[in-house]
Amino acid sequence: MTLKRITQHPILEIPVNKEVIFTWNGKKLTGYEGEMISSALFANGIHIFGHHPKDNSPQGLFCANGQCSQCLVIADGLPVKSCMTPLAEAMIVESVEGLPNLPEDDAEPRLQSAATKEVDVLIIGAGPAGLAAAVELGKFGVDTLIIDDKDRPGGKLVLQTHKFFGSVEDSYAGTRGFEIAAILEEEINKLESVEIWLNTTAVGVFSDKIIGAVKDVQNSCYRQIKTKKLLIATGAREKMLSFPGNTLPGVYGAGAFQTLVNRDLIKSSERVLIVGGGNVGLIAGYHAIQAGIEVVALIEALPQVGGYKVHADKLKRLGVPILTGHTVVAAGGKNKVESVTVARLDQDWKVIPDTHKTFEVDTVLMAVGLAEVNEFYLKARKWGMNVYCAGDAQEIAEASAAMFTGKIEGLKIAQSLKLTVGEIPREWDQKATILKSKPGPTVSRKQPVREQGVFPIFHCYQEVPCNPCTSVCPVDAIRTERDEITGLPYIIDLDACTGCGSCVAVCPGLSMILVDYRDDPEHPMVTLPYEIWRERVEVGQKVPVTDVDGAVLGYYPVVKISTRRKYPGTLLVKIKVDKKVAKAVMGIWVQEKQREPSQLYEKELPPDDAIICRCERITAGEIKAAIRDGVRDINQLKALTRVGMGACGSKTCRPMIWRIFQEEGIDLGTVTDRVDRPLFVEVPIGILAGAQGGDLSENK
Amino acid sequence: MKTSDAIIIGAGSVGVPTALALGELGIKTRVIDMHPSPGQGENKHAIGGIRATHSDPGKILICRRSLEIFARWEKQHGDNIEWLKGGYAFPVYCKTDETTLKKLLPVQKKFKLNIDFLGPENLQQVIPGINRRGLRGGTFSPDDGSISPLLTVNAFYRRAVDLGVAFHFKERVRNIKIKNDNVIGVKTDQTRYAAPIVVDAAGPFSAELGRTVGVDIPVVPDSHEGAITEPVRPFFKCMVVDIRPGPGSKNFYFYQNLHGQVIFCITPDPPIIGTDKGETSVFLPQVSARIVHLFPRLKNLRVRRTWRGLYPMTPDGSPIVGRNRQVNGLLHATGMCGQGLMLGPGTGELVARVIANQNTDDDQMVLEEFSPYRKFEGEEVLK
Repeated sequence: MTLKRITQHPILEIPVNKEVIFTWNGKKLTGYEGEMISSALFANGIHIFGHHPKDNSPQGLFCANGQCSQCLVIADGLPVKSCMTPLAEAMIVESVEGLPNLPEDDAEPRLQSAATKEVDVLIIGAGPAGLAAAVELGKFGVDTLIIDDKDRPGGKLVLQTHKFFGSVEDSYAGTRGFEIAAILEEEINKLESVEIWLNTTAVGVFSDKIIGAVKDVQNSCYRQIKTKKLLIATGAREKMLSFPGNTLPGVYGAGAFQTLVNRDLIKSSERVLIVGGGNVGLIAGYHAIQAGIEVVALIEALPQVGGYKVHADKLKRLGVPILTGHTVVAAGGKNKVESVTVARLDQDWKVIPDTHKTFEVDTVLMAVGLAEVNEFYLKARKWGMNVYCAGDAQEIAEASAAMFTGKIEGLKIAQSLKLTVGEIPREWDQKATILKSKPGPTVSRKQPVREQGVFPIFHCYQEVPCNPCTSVCPVDAIRTERDEITGLPYIIDLDACTGCGSCVAVCPGLSMILVDYRDDPEHPMVTLPYEIWRERVEVGQKVPVTDVDGAVLGYYPVVKISTRRKYPGTLLVKIKVDKKVAKAVMGIWVQEKQREPSQLYEKELPPDDAIICRCERITAGEIKAAIRDGVRDINQLKALTRVGMGACGSKTCRPMIWRIFQEEGIDLGTVTDRVDRPLFVEVPIGILAGAQGGDLSENK
Repeated sequence: MKTSDAIIIGAGSVGVPTALALGELGIKTRVIDMHPSPGQGENKHAIGGIRATHSDPGKILICRRSLEIFARWEKQHGDNIEWLKGGYAFPVYCKTDETTLKKLLPVQKKFKLNIDFLGPENLQQVIPGINRRGLRGGTFSPDDGSISPLLTVNAFYRRAVDLGVAFHFKERVRNIKIKNDNVIGVKTDQTRYAAPIVVDAAGPFSAELGRTVGVDIPVVPDSHEGAITEPVRPFFKCMVVDIRPGPGSKNFYFYQNLHGQVIFCITPDPPIIGTDKGETSVFLPQVSARIVHLFPRLKNLRVRRTWRGLYPMTPDGSPIVGRNRQVNGLLHATGMCGQGLMLGPGTGELVARVIANQNTDDDQMVLEEFSPYRKFEGEEVLK
């Protein structure tokens, strides 16, 4: 069987890995040493990791982020999260069928607990916010420890292959996410006072102001950390929707998908449908196509997508239908996703009868919003600790905003430690607010009437915080309206343009072209940015050229392909087109044929069958019944149904439970929220006891 | 003003079964609790162990009755309360502990308890994987067991509601109202209720409640922490109690519930007095070190969640149940010292009989042992 791995990618380099043999339920398979077990299984086409003890339902990957425990497998006899456990040579991996057996290992472990680690500043989370804060703290020599549960710093930046928005001077605009992670890592490594513990999972914040963490994956040990200042930069987690089939293997988050595809280079599916038209969903669609995965459609419940228009336009140009005003009705399939049914919504968010469409897909990507990972922050606040919060853990926004709030909170902490850091620039708060801002309305703009010379066309119709085009113009001819970062860009003098194409190469939205009438005014040369299957675009070949929305304008010949050293992933494709379409050109069509959905959807599954609590398999119907019985305390709901009692601690079901209360017409002011308690991630008793094996050397 | 025959303060391990017992006798009852639903005070912090194998007769009698109620509940009322007849085991590793436990057997057997001292081999059958090094055996009482406190208090609550008991949640009792030393009702943060009888089932807050009518109730809360693991296939089911002291602790105990999750708890030494319920960093490393020593294979079992709850302690470790002599109509059913869950149903029926003047001879004996006016000397051997 050929492995489901990505062997070529327009942006990412394919590293060379050491192959190892492992077994899955007794069968020999090949994987890469050190890759997560879940990725090795996906590479081998295995998506069902076990069956639930309650109802024998198939279980598989869901968060791919160490949070949910859905991906449990037995590795060398012990139940582990496959998404957080690296594969090793000769590992014996088995599915979890019902309850796992605890190994009859009666050896008494030797115990030795490590001393409490004391630091001035502890940062939980080495994503954009945590790293940016650490850089500021490191500049002032503040004794700082960053802990992160992954094996490399960067958080979700590592998964981002697209160029970032924002501004060049403040937030690395124009640079791709994984490259920003590398830049920040390098900066951190230069700072003597900053220590980073990777593979270290914070598991609780205790009332005696101690943070508990499990350090290292193999030979793990339990560490207690005492800190003067605590910065929570734990990011966000993905939200979920309630629909029948919502826990079938193959329904998972867009973030999980990006982890598989962009971090682990797994071709995790053949054909996906994306639910949710925010930036996360739109970008996931783009990433799918870059990975050679077909996107049958992206659906969005609102009348328009919530993400940046330029992201939506990119997808449309690649041939992905965007169905607004649609919701997901059900995912179908026996043991894993085989289809998904969507339907149109009316103004009251009710499904309109007979508007159902069923697509054959193997994966449904959920991108229906993010929720702050705030359990650490709330506990630290409750215990009266000196706690700060940055990035998505503070407010859900773009990574560029997270880096900014990280910087600000980092300086605030330095200030609170009585260091002379000077004033925190007042405009920083403003900038952070701008970077967090939602996109503006779509506007129409007049393109130049001129048909001579060379100049850029901005297919940029919505105010978003983004201005790298203004920074790269060698003749300084591009400005933004009102000179604000959210202002639309324009060229101040058409004659000034030298046709260098830097603006086209840098544009994160891939929404700029260059039109050059100089050689042949009737057949001007258009330069457009292109980041997909480069092997399909060759000089001399006629390609389907589209406008900004993906409407094919005609087939035109490719004349030249080049790249800029700084932006090797973005091809600059020169195409000779007809004068009448030149200024409208924006992309090259990729998904050649669209998948026609079937209108057949005979058996409507009851929405109450949807699973709300994945860990304990509690349905929407059971929760509704309890609410109708008068339950108004989520703790009582938990006592009665076990909802939220599972491994994840209600990370996924909590917002869904609140939504059911709302849908039942209950005044939410009368509802008591659940009490959250540590541990936020499960820890073996032996590790807590101080079982030997941990790396106590604390090397950087 | 709303009137009833009796008002119970506290809808927890004791208050709810007491309401149920009063309801069964047709006594019009009202229950007031500051929490949003039943069992949200300390009941939900209980780990679920139920035993009649105590060493004082009163506790034995009351808990034996509780066990009957728990064991028959599902059959009688249809709710699954996760009753598991898994027994209690007290393994011993030293001569002194062996002697102590063996000395209790005659009293326990006199009160018809099914308990014996097992040799090390037999005890290992009950707890496969227990550390054999130095194991001398231990007592085992197979008729004891465990329940889900959460499901049980809700089952009792539903039954009480069906019997006409009124519950008022999110309502805080300000004081008990008296007139000429007779109870006339209670005042809450929202309104007043009239009743000639008030039952104090306020647990850790009984002392505070008593003070509102000048009554001194020697209940002092201290805190204990507990935790629950992930589920694994059941491989033992009894409550295992290690009575040896450890660093910073007295005994600790654990069992595996019907879902396959191991639940455990430790007794801090010295006690941590007060009402602080914030989870500490001390508990898990402390108890885990003791667990892996006693039962090494649990080292690979993962802890899922931890919490801290209160024991309403009395000076001698026994409950306070009975009429107050100073205030007519005030009854105490409090100071369960962490055993409210197992004492609750038996106590509830006892209190109902006291109110209905239907005391039996056994009741007299129990009421003497639990009397608010006893000397509060000594401490039960098997606390």
